[in-house]
Amino acid sequence: MALGHVLLGLLAQGERHGYDLKRQYDARFPMAKPIAAAQVYATLERLLRDGLVAPGGTERAGGPDRTAYGMTAAGRQELDEWLAQVEPPSPFVSNPLAVKVTLALLVAGDERAAGYLQRQRAAHLARMREYTRITTHPDTSLAGVLAADYALNHLDADLRWIDTALARVATLAEELQP
Amino acid sequence: MTSTPPDSGTDEDLLVAGRALVRSYGHSPALRGISVGTRRGEVLAITGPSGSGKSTLLLCLAGILRPDAGEVWYAGRRIDTESEAERSRLRRTRFGVLFQFGQLVPELTAAENVAMPLLLAGVKRRPALTAAGTWLDRFGVADLAGQRPTEMSGGQAQRVAMARALVTEPEVLFADEPTGALDTLAGEQVLTQLVRVTRQAGTTVLMVTHDAKVAAYADREIVIRDGMADDGAPTSALRGALGRTGAR
Ligand SMILES: Nc1ncnc2c1ncn2[C@@H]1O[C@H](COP(=O)(O)OP(=O)(O)OP(=O)(O)O)[C@@H](O)[C@H]1O
Ligand SMILES: [Mg+2]
Repeated sequence: MALGHVLLGLLAQGERHGYDLKRQYDARFPMAKPIAAAQVYATLERLLRDGLVAPGGTERAGGPDRTAYGMTAAGRQELDEWLAQVEPPSPFVSNPLAVKVTLALLVAGDERAAGYLQRQRAAHLARMREYTRITTHPDTSLAGVLAADYALNHLDADLRWIDTALARVATLAEELQP
Repeated sequence: MTSTPPDSGTDEDLLVAGRALVRSYGHSPALRGISVGTRRGEVLAITGPSGSGKSTLLLCLAGILRPDAGEVWYAGRRIDTESEAERSRLRRTRFGVLFQFGQLVPELTAAENVAMPLLLAGVKRRPALTAAGTWLDRFGVADLAGQRPTEMSGGQAQRVAMARALVTEPEVLFADEPTGALDTLAGEQVLTQLVRVTRQAGTTVLMVTHDAKVAAYADREIVIRDGMADDGAPTSALRGALGRTGAR
């Protein structure tokens, strides 16, 4: 996913200055990795070069970004195409947690594996409590709730996988028992 | 009320406490010496795999099942040795219980089901039904007041059961899988409401769940495996599994 598409998405509702776009980005994706204003300007220039955005009418006094940009027809088409495209499900699990739990189960020994798994669960749950406070707080924006939901479900998936892994290892050991 | 941590405090610091609880069904042990305690106003989640003893633990703490060994305390009073009549009075007046299965009376409407604990406590029919209506409304099922359980979806019946568990404004709510039959969003609504209502009233909540997302609504979690608290020591499953492969 390129930042260009994301900016096009943010421009879909109307013209914006570069700095507005950065602020919009921060508000819409509160838990994403932050982007620098410079990144936004550079990307806007590229979009401009490709004819996907065009300078709008308004001039702002002073300020480094005096130009507001709007989406062109080509930009709209590019955005629609991108939104319609399926994101390829990730073929690899490269999460360090998955690697560590696997090693803990296979080689760490029962005491250490059990202790580690318990602490990992506690850490996950503490973070899930924080996100739950966000999703249930009446002042949280919809964007904030969506981001927290995403995080919650992924943390939950980690925990489910850990439990399944534990059960599988146990079942396998039973089968190996003479 | 002191802030002694539940595991190290004396039983008087805790509103509900179980100590070294053992309970078997026939010859198969469901609880094997678990201790658990909760402070007043706390929301505690009890989680663990299926069959680990969560429901059994909750039933023991709520004074419904008698443990074979160990002690159950409520507000500084030992309840597992009390008579059935005393414990049932305690349940009627101080406890709200939401069971995992078969909770509503099929012959009664939703409103009558919810009003039932009040009627049993001697409240007159009309105010009891009014209160029932208020609680049904809090859980978004006011329009089901006249319907019988067989005419409701599983999730709707669960909300009605929740209203019934809270209608007496109990000091302690024992809830077994409070969102079992609900999808994510409906579960979230019910839990948000549950936590809001109980926090406002200072109700202590012990809720059993196998779902970490539900446990995340609680202040604290205890994990039970094989009828024992998971304190980071290997369970029998893990011991069996890693005994041969573990490099120790
Ligand atoms: N009424 C009963 N008669 C016989 N055995 C029972 C009874 N109730 C529970 N058990 C057994 O006791 C153990 C613990 O059961 P319990 O219902 O407490 O588990 P649980 O953690 O609540 O499981 P679940 O998540 O599936 O509800 C299980 O092995 C179960 O088979
Ligand atoms: Mg159960």
